[in-house]
Amino acid sequence: MKDLFTNSLNGYILLSSLLFCIGVLGVLIRKNIIILFMSIELMLNAVNLLLAAFSVHHNNPDGQVFVFFIMAVAAAEITVGLAILVMIYRNTGSVSIDALKKLKW
Amino acid sequence: MEQIIFIILSLAAIISALVVIFSNNPVYSVLSLVITFFSIAGHFVLLNAQFLAIVNVIVYAGAIMVLFLFVIMLLNLNKSSEPSAPLIMKVASSVAGGLLFITLLGALRQSEASAGLSGGNIGSVESLGRTLFTNFLFPFEVSSVLFLSAMIGAVMLGKKNLKDS
Repeated sequence: MKDLFTNSLNGYILLSSLLFCIGVLGVLIRKNIIILFMSIELMLNAVNLLLAAFSVHHNNPDGQVFVFFIMAVAAAEITVGLAILVMIYRNTGSVSIDALKKLKW
Repeated sequence: MEQIIFIILSLAAIISALVVIFSNNPVYSVLSLVITFFSIAGHFVLLNAQFLAIVNVIVYAGAIMVLFLFVIMLLNLNKSSEPSAPLIMKVASSVAGGLLFITLLGALRQSEASAGLSGGNIGSVESLGRTLFTNFLFPFEVSSVLFLSAMIGAVMLGKKNLKDS
């Protein structure tokens, strides 16, 4: 806890958890699906940063390879997600997640 | 010197991340998300992970953000159609997010103090490529199938009338 604001491992853990919490907050308080996707990207990037920091800490490149795979999966996910978003907008005329509560009882 | 750069990059990342989730205009959100990604790329450079920094800029700040901008442009969103949550939900969500951060901070307090970052050349293209094409060859090939299915899925979803075709 001593040197939280330096570029040690603790500093990266603090920064990543802060960015992750901002992402969670964005998912919770916003209703716009586009902003929701952006918050998910923010969370993925926070995790990427932490994985890279631990990979450097342990001097093992496997963590950075995992970051690479996370980026690939995020790219695929965003492609399909935005296509679904365009479909939703075409069918409901809105980008609010409230347009998608037909399954809610 | 490195610590000053670390603090500047961290502040840039956090402030632009806050702009992402609190801005009313989605275009401003996208642009500040690009700033966040650039500062995270700077953090990768600081961690001596050059390959990840370049890939982060190309994939995230380049491809994904352009995709977001295209979709926003396509949907022609304006401020009046911006949906917003009720106030009580915003307060409850802020409390929940803050509690999550406090929990993570409490877990961090228990960790060992001042764990240093060892140097080394593991972030170079050579080292990462060697690992990627030996230990992780199968996941690498599977990710190409994932991309193919994502591409087909996006094209199928983006078609105008799925029933007519």
